[in-house]
Amino acid sequence: MRRRDFLKRTAAAAAGTFAAAHVLPARAQAHKDTLLTLSEGGPNNLDVMGVGTNRPGYEASWNTYDRLVTYGVKKDADGNDHYDSAKIAPELAESWDLGDMSVTFKLRKDAKFHDGTPVTAKDVKWSFDRAVTVGGAPTFQMAAGSMQKPEQFVAVDDYTFRIDFLRKDKLTLPDLTVPSAAVINSELAKKHATDKDPWAMDWLKNNEAGGGAFKIEKWTPGQELIYQRFDEWKSGPVPKIQRVIWRIVPSAGNRRALLERGDADISVDLPPKDVAEMANDKKLTVVGSLIESALIYLSMNVKIPPFDKVKVRQAVAYAIPYQKIMDAAMFGRGKPMFGGPSEVTTTDWPQPTPYVTDLAKAKQLLAEAGLPGGFETTLSFDLGYAVTQEPLCILVQESLSQIGITVTLNKVPGANWRAEFSKKTLPLLANVFGAWLDYPEYFFYWNYHGQNSLFNDMSYQNPAMDKLIDAARFETDPKKYDEEVEGFITTAFADVPRIPLFQPWLDVAMQKNVTGYRYWFHRQLDYRQLAKT
Amino acid sequence: MTATLRHARYVLSENPVTAFAFALFFLLALCAALGPALAPFDPLASDTAEALTGPSAVHWFGTDQLGRDIFSRIVVATRLDLGIAVTSVALAFGIGTLLGLAAGYCGGWIDRIVGRAVDTIMAFPLFVLAMGIVAALGNNVANIVYATAIINLPIYARLSRSEANVRRNAGFVEAARLCGNGEARIVLAQLLPNIMPLMMVQVSLTLGYAILNAAGLSFIGLGVRPPTAEWGIMVAEGASFIVSGEWWVAFFPGIVLMSAVFCFNLMGDGLRDIVDPLRRT
Amino acid sequence: MIVLRRLATALPVIAGVIVVTFLLTRALPGDPAVYFAGPAATEQAIEEIRHRLGFDRTLPVQFFDYLQRLAHGDLGTSLTTGQPVTTELLTRLPASAELMLLALFLSVAIAVPLGIAAAMRPGSPVDHACRIITTAGVSLPTFFTGLLLVYVFYYLLGVAPAPLGRLDVFDSAPPQHSGFYLIDSLLAGDFETFRAALAQLVLPAATMAIFTLAPLARITRAAMLGALGSEFIRTARASGLARHRVVFVYAFRNAVLPVITTLGMVFSFMLGANVLVEKVFAWPGLGSYAVEALIASDYAPVQGFVLMMALLYVLLNLVIDLVYGLVDPRVRLEA
Repeated sequence: MRRRDFLKRTAAAAAGTFAAAHVLPARAQAHKDTLLTLSEGGPNNLDVMGVGTNRPGYEASWNTYDRLVTYGVKKDADGNDHYDSAKIAPELAESWDLGDMSVTFKLRKDAKFHDGTPVTAKDVKWSFDRAVTVGGAPTFQMAAGSMQKPEQFVAVDDYTFRIDFLRKDKLTLPDLTVPSAAVINSELAKKHATDKDPWAMDWLKNNEAGGGAFKIEKWTPGQELIYQRFDEWKSGPVPKIQRVIWRIVPSAGNRRALLERGDADISVDLPPKDVAEMANDKKLTVVGSLIESALIYLSMNVKIPPFDKVKVRQAVAYAIPYQKIMDAAMFGRGKPMFGGPSEVTTTDWPQPTPYVTDLAKAKQLLAEAGLPGGFETTLSFDLGYAVTQEPLCILVQESLSQIGITVTLNKVPGANWRAEFSKKTLPLLANVFGAWLDYPEYFFYWNYHGQNSLFNDMSYQNPAMDKLIDAARFETDPKKYDEEVEGFITTAFADVPRIPLFQPWLDVAMQKNVTGYRYWFHRQLDYRQLAKT
Repeated sequence: MTATLRHARYVLSENPVTAFAFALFFLLALCAALGPALAPFDPLASDTAEALTGPSAVHWFGTDQLGRDIFSRIVVATRLDLGIAVTSVALAFGIGTLLGLAAGYCGGWIDRIVGRAVDTIMAFPLFVLAMGIVAALGNNVANIVYATAIINLPIYARLSRSEANVRRNAGFVEAARLCGNGEARIVLAQLLPNIMPLMMVQVSLTLGYAILNAAGLSFIGLGVRPPTAEWGIMVAEGASFIVSGEWWVAFFPGIVLMSAVFCFNLMGDGLRDIVDPLRRT
Repeated sequence: MIVLRRLATALPVIAGVIVVTFLLTRALPGDPAVYFAGPAATEQAIEEIRHRLGFDRTLPVQFFDYLQRLAHGDLGTSLTTGQPVTTELLTRLPASAELMLLALFLSVAIAVPLGIAAAMRPGSPVDHACRIITTAGVSLPTFFTGLLLVYVFYYLLGVAPAPLGRLDVFDSAPPQHSGFYLIDSLLAGDFETFRAALAQLVLPAATMAIFTLAPLARITRAAMLGALGSEFIRTARASGLARHRVVFVYAFRNAVLPVITTLGMVFSFMLGANVLVEKVFAWPGLGSYAVEALIASDYAPVQGFVLMMALLYVLLNLVIDLVYGLVDPRVRLEA
């Protein structure tokens, strides 16, 4: 009766709405110059030198600011474009003269910021002074290339800029290619500086003052960021894409669905399983690049018993179900770091350890360490990486239970993770670390050195290894360098405070008509090379 | 007694849906009681070679992303889910009803304090309050139970308060007072049994809600810890596989979850029909 | 008069909410000082930041600070988005409100007629069907329903638009008047945008509506049954009034009171279910904001969100009481 009528009417109305939505023109295809990229999270700050700026913030900075120099490009094993760490190429600086204790850059004379102001050496000085003064991540990153004091930066004249060295460091020049070494429009920024905020941190958080290939048209934090090409960009070939829309879509399933239906162009952080399947389907282009100097690993805090006994640590290393993790957590999208040769003969880093899954050997080592009955412990991991870390940890937990080690899993939410592991109270944890500068001694300096930095989550302190690391960092003799590097890698494997598991890949999925993708060390998208055919 | 049973049977026969709900409830209770004995596979044993295989003769509900048998996990999870639901509802019911009775019967400042406390809890969006409590206290089953108990407390408090208020000066209460019964005795021995039927209806409905609450918390990441089998967390984990076509990982736990909640809700309705005096005419 | 009295009784509740929220968020794990200090911070640097942000002071002092800032409308800054909480809450409020109101409308449009029909024929298949449909709706977890709808209607059938939020990527928002895209686009005469916004709204609103069908249908049915069985209806029927008039003009008007009360309860429930639905549909509303902040132990947005919800709830109850007074003369006379 009436209800039936009413229900019929409601159903008809709903169907009509759906039909209307379907009949609307498919706008997604109408825009050849516009790129739609999706990701799980967005920038929390547009200023790469901001407090607590996250990785999406680095992507925004990379595309809207220029740096003095950049890397060249080469092809990787699969024929995809890959940044070339051996070739430093001009960006804002046209040429440079590397002296003994200083380097002098000649800036290009036609470069302008987005508001039309010419880029001069005083902007570079202001930006670098800012980077080494504000503290936090940018200062730490600049220091990695021995750039620590504002006195080192000299604006010789409008288009000549010099950096004086504190010491000879082969990382100084590469350190100028990183996102943190951005060149900011100092005049514009200074207009918004205050007495309490001399570096305009507040204003630059929500506004960009760069001269990069893209300008920011609109930013709605947590939702989307729209870029517009800066047509007067002179530091390289003008990008083919005119507009980039970056949308935040928290659900990975939705991101995948959007890509597969052709409603989005490119996405970077999809789960390995989805990527593996999309690679198989061949409807989309999937590029997987090995991330240099990066590792997914298990760390044991050597200050917390029983992980202070080397045999216990080795037992755990033999009890990890490596291949199972590779299949069920990584879906093959990673390079195994286990089952390698028994002796270290190269300085490649990362390289596989000699450990394999051998439960009998693990039990034996535990017994030798005086713990034949096993023990109890907690395995912590970052919820932000749960897609791979959770299955990984569940499998580890299961395997360890077979040698008598009872493990409770501890999921730590993303923003708390840094706080948690910096306290160095976690006995066992799964983590990921990737260095921007691809040198083994750099990786070891931050992860294994007794200076006990934040990233040394094993609280590992071994003076013998420290000597080797320190020597390798400034070593000029190639033969001695090889000995030192192989030396500290051998110690790391024998002592095994940290069990390397995999070298991760960076997987990017894109429509077949998107070309020009180039893998960068910061693992974010560079829109300047992309094009849609 | 027999009159009630006869009436109950009458209602059930008139209402096959309710009868079905009661039957389902007994099935669930059986699963919870027998638990692991009914599971063909070890719910925690992974078998990555068999990961993400669909329903088959060997794995009735298929396997999940680590190769664990979904049917076994669902059966074992029954005990945990029902346990969480029953414990939290028992707590909410016990504390809430007593507070409400005291408030409704005594009035005065007890009424005002309890009223304010209950209003404060109800001023929060309840699920967000549960999220906050679990986030602050930590992810474990105990805290999920406490959080669920706290957010369901107000319903019982309000219901028992209004019922006690209405019956405060009813005939049988006056009679009990005249017989010399103390106030506490009146509340516990006279009022409480009198409102029990209505409360039972509410209990049944809240049981369903408690299970959904735990499932929602798991979806956000604040539920039980892996690798524990719990319906909600299985649906949450399976959600990411729907788009790639492995529908069974989320579907079966979802259906069982829905059936359990459905069952409790229908039972609540059925109990209401049995208990509702209007239907007796 | 009633308004003032109601507000007065609400004050202790709001005070309670402020205190509880403060304690709860301070109890959240995680250390914002470490987060702000950055990756290479030394112990000393972290201590400095902690001092600068005021986290090293005692709890009562921090609470007093919090109250002071609250009085100025300053709800703090979010760690994850870096924006002031007040601005974000106000920007996101229309998104959530539009969604919830549409869901409520859909829910009422289906549940009330269903309940009335079930009440008119108790015990019939219609009655059973009503029970089953509504109970089924309330038994599914909202996030599951949402995912299922996305899978079926977007991925398989392609009839619904992509779950990308309030508008498709290539559409721009209508000029802002109320923040409600449906209203604003109509005001601007922009029917394309109206259709686009409506299309994006349908699935998430349906997901929420499915869940809230049950209590509404149930209450309508119960209230209608009660009304239809009452003395004055019997009189009306005996007097020979048309059935249509009896049911809709007399019975329904009296049954509507408990329905209104339930609407309030349902709306407050939606405020909670919001977080799940918004997560699935990438809806830029208050729910997703709060849940992301909670997971990240970002206390300022959580505090702000809960406070705002509590205030909305108090306001809502006030409105319901007033409407009650309008509809039911007895309430007015009593007061």
